[in-house]
Amino acid sequence: MEQPERQTSVITDKSVEYITRSEELAYELKIDEVMTHKVKSISADMIMRDVVEMFRQARISGAPVTVGGELIGIISMEDLIRCLSHNDLDAAATKYMTPKPITVKTTDPVIEALKLFVSSRVGRLPVLDSEGNLAGILTKGDVSRGLLRALQRTYQEEELRRYRASHLFEDIESDRSSLILRYNIKARDFTNGGSASSHIKRALLRLGANPQIARRCGIAIYEAEMNLIIHTTNGGIIRVEIEPHQITIDANDDGPGIKDVELAMKPGFSTATEEIRELGFGAGMGLPNIARCVDNVKLESTIGKGTKLKMKIFLENEEAVGESHSPNQETIKA
Amino acid sequence: MNLDKIIRELDLKLLTDPQDYSQIVPSGGYASDLLSCVMAGAPHQGIWITLQSHANIVAVAALLELSAVIITESAMPEPAVIEKANREHVTLLSTSATTYTIVGKLWAAGLAAK
Repeated sequence: MEQPERQTSVITDKSVEYITRSEELAYELKIDEVMTHKVKSISADMIMRDVVEMFRQARISGAPVTVGGELIGIISMEDLIRCLSHNDLDAAATKYMTPKPITVKTTDPVIEALKLFVSSRVGRLPVLDSEGNLAGILTKGDVSRGLLRALQRTYQEEELRRYRASHLFEDIESDRSSLILRYNIKARDFTNGGSASSHIKRALLRLGANPQIARRCGIAIYEAEMNLIIHTTNGGIIRVEIEPHQITIDANDDGPGIKDVELAMKPGFSTATEEIRELGFGAGMGLPNIARCVDNVKLESTIGKGTKLKMKIFLENEEAVGESHSPNQETIKA
Repeated sequence: MNLDKIIRELDLKLLTDPQDYSQIVPSGGYASDLLSCVMAGAPHQGIWITLQSHANIVAVAALLELSAVIITESAMPEPAVIEKANREHVTLLSTSATTYTIVGKLWAAGLAAK
């Protein structure tokens, strides 16, 4: 499979996508699916010298200590170093083991193990089955390998889904095809603020939009969305029309309307109340931000009637969405 | 410098579900409490330092694909905000230090503005 690009200073959009997907997988995958099943375990009657020999031969750096299948402890490199510093290789393994180690269950999602790796700083976790017997062992390496295997499986499914969406317009014959998305925005609904813009951004990426363009659209629509939430009497509607070579965004409301449109476009000008400003809005940068992100912006407003904001983004040939030359794999720097 | 190192060196408290932060390398930083300024000025995949702790910081961070939000002076987001951040894969970090102190420490650690 294709590996995500590893760079030290710049994380690409593509690698971020992989990171996000692997997080999702960490919730979906069960520990049983990624752990090492055949475990080398140390029996309670072994001495530390045997343990060293076992680690060396099996090329491992830790193992559980069991009595008849039941886990009683774990020995890791740290325990071994402790033993060596005491020059005590003839001691019983049970003397230097860490008793009652933290364990996970075969049915736990992988994310539980990841949380434990972070919070407890242990390197390996014994895995117990439903009866409490040792079923396997899990290291960070097992998790990475398991996630990569699962990514490889799902990568092909997502590719197919993206491929279909990114060729949407090719299979439909018309003189002019477009896809229209509509979102109803409620006034003062701060809890859902930004959800329309993030949904639109996701849709654009699925359709094969260049990530930079999807981000520009996202920012412009976020500002329009927040304007509807903050300033309108009854909320409004965001309508996005996606065509292969242009994206048209309309944000319309029915009042109260803007008194001075020219002033509203000026950076730093805001009519937001003190209460709204405390939430971090009202910087007076909303409309200027929109103007910066889109190719064309038109603002019409009538007091008592409402405001119509129209934004357009034009897409060059190689940026087209829903057609085969849509670039998906481009590497974008911040 | 990766996010794991930043979290440890600045002693930041993680509010959202843990991820492998050693793989996340912030591109730069931005400090402001005004969301539209952040929209205009924060670098893609940068770190944002703010006093704000309400739900809209998650929306902004998700849209800009920020690598983390550091909430200063112990301002505590509601549980619903943290839940939303987990859903949107946004990392929220908390500190009792001021924005000024955090920015200073980040800069000293080598995360200068672009």
